[in-house]
Amino acid sequence: MCTHDYILSGKNITRVFGQGKNKVVAVDNVSFSFTRGEIISIVGESGSGKTTLAKILLGLLKQSDGDIFYCGKKLNLKERRSRREYWSEVQAVFQDPFSSFNMFYKVETLLRNCLKLRKNKLSKEEQVAAVKDACKSVNLEYEELYDKHPFELSGGQMQRLMIARTFLIRPRVLIADEPTSMIDACSRASILDMLLKLRDENNTTIIFITHDVGLAYYVSNTIYIMEKGRIIERGTADEIILNPKENYTQQLLKDVPKIYESWDLA
Amino acid sequence: MSRKLLKVKNLKTYYKTRMHEKIYAVDGVSLEIEEGKVLGVAGESGCGKSTLAHSLMGLYIPPLYYSQGSIEIDGKEIIIDDKEYLRKNVLGKEISYIPQAAMNALNPTLKIRKFIEDIMAEHRPNLSKKDVYDLAAERFSNLNLSPRVLDAFPNELSGGMKQRTIIAISTILNPKILVADEPTSALDVSSQKIVMKLIKQLLEKQYIKSLIFVTHELPLLYHIADDIVIMYAGEIVERGSSDEVIFDPIHPYSKALMASMLVPEKGAKDQKLVAIPGSPPNLKSVIKGCRFADRCKYADEECRKSKVHEKILDNRIYRCKK
Repeated sequence: MCTHDYILSGKNITRVFGQGKNKVVAVDNVSFSFTRGEIISIVGESGSGKTTLAKILLGLLKQSDGDIFYCGKKLNLKERRSRREYWSEVQAVFQDPFSSFNMFYKVETLLRNCLKLRKNKLSKEEQVAAVKDACKSVNLEYEELYDKHPFELSGGQMQRLMIARTFLIRPRVLIADEPTSMIDACSRASILDMLLKLRDENNTTIIFITHDVGLAYYVSNTIYIMEKGRIIERGTADEIILNPKENYTQQLLKDVPKIYESWDLA
Repeated sequence: MSRKLLKVKNLKTYYKTRMHEKIYAVDGVSLEIEEGKVLGVAGESGCGKSTLAHSLMGLYIPPLYYSQGSIEIDGKEIIIDDKEYLRKNVLGKEISYIPQAAMNALNPTLKIRKFIEDIMAEHRPNLSKKDVYDLAAERFSNLNLSPRVLDAFPNELSGGMKQRTIIAISTILNPKILVADEPTSALDVSSQKIVMKLIKQLLEKQYIKSLIFVTHELPLLYHIADDIVIMYAGEIVERGSSDEVIFDPIHPYSKALMASMLVPEKGAKDQKLVAIPGSPPNLKSVIKGCRFADRCKYADEECRKSKVHEKILDNRIYRCKK
């Protein structure tokens, strides 16, 4: 059990793509620290390096410079075993559910495979019970779905199936990379409810990566604003949204259509 | 009272699946738009708003089929059995369409100018290539798009740029009505605003006369639309001015939609986000009573018995006011 103050933190993380003339600094000297049970949003435009940062946090990309600390220990994912262990505690929900499943497996297998990441082995009956339970938490009918392939499901069902996977693994940290950008405003509410429920049940730290400022304001405790690979402003949700200090943040907020304020289109 | 530009009466269209099942995606929609007005269409995914946008073109390509109803643009009926006539005289000239995903709509092997040359070859064959280029360059610079774009391939442009290019191309013949199907759903807020500015410019410069804007983002719709219709399961459940629909919705479904809005404004954090339970009904079978009854917290036995008809109250149309 992790007792360190910060569950996940990073120091001076930089990631560079390409070299020489084509050099792109996607993430530029970024530092952060997340506490347990906190909900953090990382907000920025397309191309600001949000997704690169998420991939670095998940260990899918190697940072060019800087260190990540998990539970106060420096992260080292060179070995397969350490990666597996890390991924049993840090998990992700991605933007595009269509490309996140193995199309050859049926839903039942897909969900049962997640249980392999758990440390304790379960019997077959226990596995089925756990899977059914997870489906219930995300309002999916297991009996209806288990014999289907992922491409037979609708977009909303797939997105919920992804969240069902995180309910099975019960990670300590969940990185949600634009989890609601593919679904409409009405289903968005139910997806957010499920993620908040996961937080309440397991004290999971959730990192939302999004360009939807309204969503970030609604769910998060802390908001980080990213521009061109740098974190330019951070603060509590109220500080950032109601009193932004940086010009860029003010501009970003101005571009969001709101209900009670005019939206200048001239 | 100004001229009615578009009149849709009881339009019904359906999809036919490979199993020969019919899906009634647009089921008895009636609409009217006055000249110079913007009509917003909102609803959740699968409610038939994109199908409605397609159906308004009058061109039905399988698996979409026409069943009944009429569409009049400026007094002329466009539901006719002559596809060639439609293509030549209606599409692009009277009514035009912006697809949702601009990335997939542009052929990556052609330069942008080639798309415009294609349109002009069909509609104004006596123009030379040079004239077409000049015309396009003028239109592009009027819309604050660099004419340099004309010589680019689609993959050289960013997402927002592609979407703006598509809009400029599809309005090059000055259509009376533009139907925009979620033109900004794939873009971030800053690009979204630039695209919305472009659409506003089209209206101000009178390149288009009226706009139908389809989206599920209500805050966005509120700022662009004069009137809003809310669709559910192939039907219009409510219609009113933007202020009325956003601040004072009548239908239980519209109320639920308004409760799911997220805006970064004071007070939004304390508001409880309410998800609508369940999922929309299966449109393969004809539903007898109210289509929203299964998800509505006010529904009773009466609701499921007979078809709920549209009612009119001071310029507003609604089906139910529970």
